[in-house]
This record gives sequence, structure tokens and C-alpha cells, in this order.
Amino acid sequence: MAGSTLEIKDLHVSIEDQEILKGVNLTIKGGEFHAVMGPNGTGKSTLASAIMGHPKYEITQGSVLLDGEDVLEMEVDERAKAGLFLAMQYPSEISGVTNSDFLRSSINARREEGDEISLMKFIKEMDEAMDYLEMDKNMAQRYLNEGFSGGEKKRNEILQLMMIKPEIAILDEIDSGLDIDALKVVSKGINKLRDENFGCLIITHYQRLLNYITPDKVHVMMQGKVVKSGGPELAQRLEAEGYEWIKEELGIEDETVGQEA
Amino acid sequence: MTVETKLPYDQEYISQFSQKHKEPEWMKSLRLQALEKAAALPMPKPDKTNITNWNFSNFKHEAAGEPIQSLEELPQEIKVFLDLENTDQNLVIQRNQSVAYASLSSELKEQGVILTDIYTAMAEHGELVQRYFMKDAVGVDENRMTALHAALMNGGVFVYVPKNVQVEAPLQSIFWQEDAEAASFNHVIVVAEANSSLTYVENYISHNQEEEAVANIVAEVIAHDNARVSFGAVDNFAQGTTAYINRRGVAYRDAVIEWALGQMNDGNTVSENITHLIGDNSVSNAKTVTVGRGKQSQNFTAKIVNHGLQSDGYILQHGVMKDSATSVFNGIGKIEHGASKSNAEQESRVLMLSKDARGDANPILLIDEDDVTAGHAASVGRVDPIQLYYLMSRGISKQEAERLVIHGFLAPVVTQIPIKAVREQLTEVIERKVY
Repeated sequence: MAGSTLEIKDLHVSIEDQEILKGVNLTIKGGEFHAVMGPNGTGKSTLASAIMGHPKYEITQGSVLLDGEDVLEMEVDERAKAGLFLAMQYPSEISGVTNSDFLRSSINARREEGDEISLMKFIKEMDEAMDYLEMDKNMAQRYLNEGFSGGEKKRNEILQLMMIKPEIAILDEIDSGLDIDALKVVSKGINKLRDENFGCLIITHYQRLLNYITPDKVHVMMQGKVVKSGGPELAQRLEAEGYEWIKEELGIEDETVGQEA
Repeated sequence: MTVETKLPYDQEYISQFSQKHKEPEWMKSLRLQALEKAAALPMPKPDKTNITNWNFSNFKHEAAGEPIQSLEELPQEIKVFLDLENTDQNLVIQRNQSVAYASLSSELKEQGVILTDIYTAMAEHGELVQRYFMKDAVGVDENRMTALHAALMNGGVFVYVPKNVQVEAPLQSIFWQEDAEAASFNHVIVVAEANSSLTYVENYISHNQEEEAVANIVAEVIAHDNARVSFGAVDNFAQGTTAYINRRGVAYRDAVIEWALGQMNDGNTVSENITHLIGDNSVSNAKTVTVGRGKQSQNFTAKIVNHGLQSDGYILQHGVMKDSATSVFNGIGKIEHGASKSNAEQESRVLMLSKDARGDANPILLIDEDDVTAGHAASVGRVDPIQLYYLMSRGISKQEAERLVIHGFLAPVVTQIPIKAVREQLTEVIERKVY
């Protein structure tokens, strides 16, 4: 079997005692690109954060397995080392830690002691990836995300994705706040990773990202659940008709859940 | 309340001590007057830190140290502060209270630059030393500790750069307290004449854990018109030493004084860094870092006083507190009447690593002039769990993530330390203190 498999089963997640996810089921295999769509406040970002282990989210029920291993039992760094990656919607700014030092530590964290990436190889790979993403080389020496514009932060997330080369990546609204040129560049970076060993879960509420990254499967979330799944044509229909028809079809009046904005 | 500290040192002892070091007459009488004043003066009262039970009286005043023939003889813990590959060192190593090693490049000597121990300076440049010794920056009669400092001064360095001379290479002092009980009453004077510039870096090192000692240190920096002084320090007194440290600067017209202080003592410490921006357009940047651990109690004051027109003061204090260490950070920006168009900015940040540690950041702005700008920011907080989550989500362990965040937090000051070897040492000391 090629690549890894991420299985999300009946996942219930609360934040401050309020249930946001109410039983999500999804399976992502190596080589597959899944898009999770839906209006704001339906639990999409909660799903991403809960899988990665964000400290504010509490899993109350269900399971997340990566190649059969229980992800929810792992510390956040163990999840990363097991092969998961989350490109965050709001990456933290870390003063005093340069982007390149951070990236090197991240890469070496996934390698055995004594098998660290050589400085030369690291610099070469980073240069290539930055060129590919049309990033200013000075950003390597700037402090991690500090003072980066919204677009620079998103590119930086994709730079990390390209360098770390995880088995399964979750991209949380990687398209928000990007102009069309930046969107194309970011998509190009993501598409470069596409192969049978790489699985990707793309969370977005705009269809436009999917003009550049064609998903194999599209899921719609409402009220903290996946309410509809389909192929790329589902995204096309959402773009053309919006979400109202799904709400009508399923008899949903308010698609949002909890306080999530 | 004043503390009754009975000193074993009297007029006769001081006179003999002064004679033994062949000091000029003015110094002897300055010492004797200071001793007399000391008895009547109150102890300093650092804001929010009670020092009444601190050891300021139990110490050995005199301790000599052997000279060394070459830097290779130094123990590793001292060597690490030096750039050994540089054969042209501008360096004084004081071992206990003796000069163990001194060198100054011939080029700088020819230009009239002085870097020498305080006794030699008094013998060879008596007028200069007399002109600056506790005159313009620190006063003898400020409190009992400053008076005792003058009376018992037992070491230090004199740095002088003449008019229009730019010293590119750093001038360095290492104060190595090899004797575990030896007190350090070190006095450092740095004078930059008009249009000159220099970088000075000093290191204090001791290893006394159980043995008690006292450090009562004064550094006076005088930057004349349009001079530029960059002053770096790493204080690393061990647990047994109680430290009272006064570093003070006076900047005249268009002068700049930059401070980068690594305050890494393991014992109880009161450390004051005050700069008077006397001249118009004078500037000071005071940057300090601190790591508190164990049960130590520390009180830090960073203060800049704007006297001159359009003078500009910026204070940055970053502290990390762990175990049950306690620290008070006073940031004081004072703008005097008439100092119009001047600016006083300050930022104090304290990062708490344990629930028993205490950190207190007190931003104070005292402004007696209307047409000025001023600002302050202060915070006391823990390592942000969301930052840790972000770093860990890339596979970095929790401990390594914390280390990165702490280093990043201290970096604004660490990167300002002028000598690479000292900068690396400061990083290493931080590492050792944090973990």
C-alpha cells in the first residue's frame, strides 16, 4: 500500500465544554487530496486543530488513527513525527528564532540522532523551495513569522510543508487572505507534493482554491458533521449555487455550531 | 531602618591598604572620608525588595592572585570568554585583586588609549582618575554601599580614549574571583573624549557556592560630546556572593551610550543601571537580560534621565524566572524640565517558568516637560502554550520548543553583546541556568 492512511472516526470535540464537532468520519489515504468545505462556523478548523492536538480542544469521543496508531494518545510533536502536518490558519510569531533555524530543527526532529541534515543540503533545499514559492531570501533569516504579512505567513507554511515532506498534510484555510497571484504560487507548491505517498486534507470555504488544486473528494461540513461528500463536481456546484441547496435538502436552518467564528 | 553592620575595617586599616597600593594622597583621603560617611549613611532601599538580611558584611577584603604568563594557562571556564585566536588582545584579566594578565595593542597605545588596572591608572594617570572617580556619575555619599565602595575599593579598570580616536577592536576585562571568600569592590571608569568611540566588555566570574562573599561594584561611563560608548557585561557571580552593582553613564551633547548587560548572578543581587542624558541630542539604549533561579532574590533598576533637548532614551529589560526565584524590574524614564522634544521609551518583559517564581515589572515614567514623547510596555507571563503547540506541530519536542522560545525571548539583548566569545558564553550561561 502506498503512503499512509488517516482515519477519523466519530470524532466529537469540545472547546470550553461546548461541543463543536459532533461525530466526524473521514478517511484520507496516501495519494488522495480531500477538500473539506463549508460556511464559516461549521467546525472545519476545529477538525484540523483537534487532529494536530491544539491545547484548547478536548476530544470527548471517537478516534483518529494514522496507519492504525492512535494519534490522540500522542503528544503534538509525536503526531508530527508520525507523519502529520498542519498548515495553520494563524501561525504563531516566535521572536528571536530565525525561520531557517526553526526549519532545520523541524527537519532534524524527524531524523535520527547522527543522521541530521547537513547544512549545505539544507540550505540548497531551502533555496530551491523558496525560489519555487517566489519568496524573498531574506525571509530565511527573519524571525519566525514575526512581522510577516498574511500572505508571507501562508507561503511560509507551505515552505515548511515542502521541506518537512509529511505523509499527511492538513491545510487550514491556506487560501484566506491571499491575492490571486499568491494563491497560484501556494497552489503550485502544494501540487508539487502530489504523489501516491502524500495525502492532503484541504480546508477552505472558497471554491477558488480548488480551481488550482483539484481534489479527489469533496466534503461539506455543517453543524459539526460531514453532511455531504462527493467528487470535484460537488465543489463546482457549491461555487455556482452556494450552500443553500444543501441546507434545504437536509432541512438545516442554522448550519453553524458553537461560537466558532 | 538602618542595618547595623559592624565593619572590621577602620581608619588605620584603610590607610595601610592605600599605602600598600602606593595610592596618591587624594585617594587615601577620599577613602578615609568615605569610611567616615559610611557609618552615618543609610543602606540603599531598592523598591519592593527587602535587603536587610542580605550578607553585606561577611567577606574577605584582600586576596591576591597569581599572574599568568600566557592565556593558555587559564582554566577552561575563563578561556571561554576570550577570543584566543586573536593575538592582538586588548585585555585585562584581574585574578582576585591582582592583575594576572594585561595587554593592549601598540597601535592603540600610540593613539593614547588607556586600558589598565585602577592602581596603575592612579599611579600613571592620577589626574584623569581623580577627575572622574565618583564625581559625575556615582556619588560617594549616595548611601552606605557607595561610601563603602569608595572606602574599600580593591580593584578595577580604567579605560580612556582620547579625542577623535575610534577604537574598533573591543576592550575587554575579566574579573575572575578565584578566591571563594574574596570581596569585589571593583571600580571601572570608562571615559570617551569628544568624537571618540569604543566598545568595552566586562565579565565577572566566581564559583563560591557555600562560602559567602560580597560584590560592591561601580562602573562609571562618561561619553563626551559626540562620543559613542558600547558597554557590554556578563555578570556571573555564584550563589554565595551578594551583589550590589551600580553601572552609570553620563552622555554629553550628541553622545551615545549603549548598554548590553547579561545579569546572570546566582546570588542575591541589586543591580542599577542609570544613564543621564545631559547633552542635547544624546542617546542611550539600555538592554538587559536576566535569568533567576533557585531561591535568589534580585532587584533590577534600569533608569534613563533626559536632561538635554531631543535626548532619546530606550530601556529594554527581559527576564526569565524559574524555581522560586524572585525579581523586581524597575524601569524608570525621567524627563527633566526643559528637556523638550526628548523621548523616553521602555519595555520590561518577564517570562515565568514555574508557579513558585515571582516577577514584578514596574514601569515608571516621570515627566516634567510638556513637549516630549514617552511610552512604556510591561508584561509578566508564562510561555505561550500556542507558541509551543506551533513549534511542536513541526516535530520539535516540548523541551526544545521551550528552549527556542526562551532564547528568542532573550535574543534582543544577547545579540547586542559586542564580543562573539562573550555572546556565546552568555548563551551558554542562559542555557545552564534555564535547564
